[in-house]
Amino acid sequence: MNDVLLEMRGITKTFPGVKALEDVSLAVRRGEIHAICGENGAGKSTLMKVLSGVYPTGSYDGEIWFDGKPVHFSGIRDSESVGIVIIHQELALVPYLSIAENIFLGNERRGRGGLIDWNRTNAEARELLTSVGLDENPVSPVVQLGVGKQQLVEIAKALSKDVRLLILDEPTAALNDVDSAHLLDLLRRLRDRGITCIMISHKLSEITAIADSTTVIRDGRTVETLDMSSGEVTQERIIRGMVGRDLDSFYPDRVSEPGQEVLRIEDWTVWHPVQPRLVVDHAALNVRAGEVVGIAGLMGAGRTELAMSVFGRSYGRNISGRLYMHGKEVRARTVAEAIDNGIAYATEDRKRYGLNLIADVRANVSAAALGKLARAGWVNGNEEIKVAEQGRRDMNIKTRTVMDTVGTLSGGNQQKVVLSKWLFTDPEVLILDEPTRGIDVGAKYEIYTIINRLVAQGKAVIVISSELPELLGMCDRIYTLSAGRITGEVPVGEATQENLMALMTMEKELAG
Amino acid sequence: MTSTKPSARPQDAADNASAESASAAALHVGTSDPLTLITRNLRQSGIYIAFVVIVALFAFMTDGVLLSPGNITNIVLQYSYILVLAIGMVILIIAGHIDLSVGSIVALTGAVSAVLVIQHGQPWWVGVVAAVAVGTAVGAWHGFWVAYIGMPAFIVTLAGMLLFRGLTLQVLDNVSLSPFPAEYQKVASGFLNGLIGGQGYDAFTLLIAAIAVGGYAVSVFRTRLARIRYEQAVESFPLFVTRVLLVAAVVMYFAWQLAHARGLPIVLIILAVLVITYGLMTKNTVFGRQVYAIGGNLSAAMLSGVKVRKVNFWIFVNMGFLAGIAGVIYSSRSNGAQPAAGNMFELDAIAAAFIGGAAVAGGVGTVVGAMVGGLIMAVMSNGMQLMGIDQSTQSVVKGLVLLLAVAFDIYNKRRAGATR
Repeated sequence: MNDVLLEMRGITKTFPGVKALEDVSLAVRRGEIHAICGENGAGKSTLMKVLSGVYPTGSYDGEIWFDGKPVHFSGIRDSESVGIVIIHQELALVPYLSIAENIFLGNERRGRGGLIDWNRTNAEARELLTSVGLDENPVSPVVQLGVGKQQLVEIAKALSKDVRLLILDEPTAALNDVDSAHLLDLLRRLRDRGITCIMISHKLSEITAIADSTTVIRDGRTVETLDMSSGEVTQERIIRGMVGRDLDSFYPDRVSEPGQEVLRIEDWTVWHPVQPRLVVDHAALNVRAGEVVGIAGLMGAGRTELAMSVFGRSYGRNISGRLYMHGKEVRARTVAEAIDNGIAYATEDRKRYGLNLIADVRANVSAAALGKLARAGWVNGNEEIKVAEQGRRDMNIKTRTVMDTVGTLSGGNQQKVVLSKWLFTDPEVLILDEPTRGIDVGAKYEIYTIINRLVAQGKAVIVISSELPELLGMCDRIYTLSAGRITGEVPVGEATQENLMALMTMEKELAG
Repeated sequence: MTSTKPSARPQDAADNASAESASAAALHVGTSDPLTLITRNLRQSGIYIAFVVIVALFAFMTDGVLLSPGNITNIVLQYSYILVLAIGMVILIIAGHIDLSVGSIVALTGAVSAVLVIQHGQPWWVGVVAAVAVGTAVGAWHGFWVAYIGMPAFIVTLAGMLLFRGLTLQVLDNVSLSPFPAEYQKVASGFLNGLIGGQGYDAFTLLIAAIAVGGYAVSVFRTRLARIRYEQAVESFPLFVTRVLLVAAVVMYFAWQLAHARGLPIVLIILAVLVITYGLMTKNTVFGRQVYAIGGNLSAAMLSGVKVRKVNFWIFVNMGFLAGIAGVIYSSRSNGAQPAAGNMFELDAIAAAFIGGAAVAGGVGTVVGAMVGGLIMAVMSNGMQLMGIDQSTQSVVKGLVLLLAVAFDIYNKRRAGATR
């Protein structure tokens, strides 16, 4: 059991301006389940992309040894040819093709004359489905299956390629308890059949239950590899490895003088837009004027979903709960109503949801409150430019003129355009979703300064962030979110990365 | 003149920006060098250059007949309804939609008008009002399915193309109706002339053109003053004057030619009013700007509080309204209603928008651009007709021009992306 199937040595991967991985090493023994843990953005997914050839040889430094030989992958096909298969969190099945067709997609079972041999396809699919414990007709379309069963189809697909190393990225994130238990069971059986497995997971209880070893990654580096076979490694032990990130940024000082409550939600419940599951589960939180409140949660905890559902129900379905502004229940069923009520939401994905990249700075800054610049529907273009210029000066947006296209700006400057846009709506509460994602340290500091200035003006700010030091550095209070439930509310004085992470990984059984 | 090249250190540029913009010399952010201006705005100016080249080419090849008074009048009369359709079409394309049914709407509205005026002896204006009302209703029908049911416009209007062609046949009972009374015919073939006399030319036409040019000059000068007051970049004064004089010269030449033919076509007045109204509407109203926002990034527009459904609904209503006007013009010009009227008009209107610089993915395009795009098609068709080139070759050439125009758009976008 002790020989090594996969070894990654000294992997370093840089993106323009960011070092995503630095000298990462990983050794996976044959026939084990190897868990990889780390905070959001620690580099887990990047490492798996290096391993599976999404980032080809040459785009990173370091070596990969598989089964005793060095390997060089220039694409997913190469890694699959030696038996490494990755199953992504977002499943990659074609919804309207049958289960069997999905299993053999790109790997079709052909008969005479190059035509597909349907009998063989469906028969082999049935065998594979049996081996993953899925009792479904292989000719039924995938769209009819729930997420849990789709996951099993993905695994069946991997098995059809004679998989030797199966990589699962957050396999249970979208599953309910029963499906999760079923999946973990299957992973054990696959291990018994000699299939090695790497599992990325945030659910520490699962890791302690199933993994033979756990490698912890933090800030693009390997922290440690824990041998789980002794059963002595606890969740607390893993958390200690995951956090303890260096406080590498500096946070501008701020005097905290919270005033009256501005926004409060109670009993806030949101369903996934298509899947039958809760995304936000009876959440309650509030924020006061002149206060920065943080929301901490791991991937899939429902942070963005919570924020967007509050912001004019722009996410989810069957939303229930109460929303108060200044103690009075308000109606904000559309984005326009939310803006009218003084709520602003700056998205985590500014390119997709925040900006019109082909338009100029001016049009983006005015986009959410164009009516303020108009009389009888006609926009005063000169006033508009003045407003944009104001934003450019206040935020120090580095652009030649406000008529420059937003798509040509750097990430930090684009983020400042987003902030200018929302400030022009004159909000009372600003929800900032990952406000410093993908921007450099200097721009981060500027964003922090802007947040402090807003709070000093009496605005209420909610910051959603994956970086715990950022929350600890910026917030007055921090809520933790796990699986759609608020699991804790910690004043910043009492908060540490460890106790936050413990709350963030708290699961239903433990919390309930 | 101080150099306004971006400073090597961005910090400096930002620090200097406010100081710079206050000084008049620095008002030309960018440059007044025409060549640089042209290359920088190749996308926008490319279309005008192409237009001038094509006009010159065909004027040369037809020994100047293309630019003769009679022929210029002819081009206006012949393509006005396509240009009216192109106004509505480019707005839809900016928002990321399309309308394949406008040819059928032209036929249906013309048919309704013909039935009322010719068969039932109603006055001419009843026909006009009814046609525009029917067009608007059809637009609302499309808008409902696209905006509130969430169907792709391609499908909705493809269905509309069949549906309203069929209704046209039913309204007309499969026969052509003609002729319209003289008043109705005037919409498309009437002229305003002789009102104040002239020596072998129509002074009224020249007067109207002069008023238009004067209004244009005053308006752009006021805009310029406002810009300066708001400390914004403007082009250098000589360049500004050159631009205004150039526009004035082109308009006056055009008017001079019209004045030596039959005067000012009524349909040209309708078209001018529509172009000015919609040109301003798309650029300067909340509604118009929201159309661009939706086409540029639908999700971002939604999350900025834009009522996307409402905007989508109304731009289809507007398309129907304009198709109704085009229906009136076309039925007036052809002096009757035919079951096959307006066939393929949608394709000409769509081509005009794309040749005029609208982006296939939405978010980009202008009314004026679509007009120039439509005129390029018009001049090419007309020029080739004058040269006696047969219909089949004309179709081949027009197809290639559309293909190249969009290829140019995509090439430009890729180039812009690469320099990012």
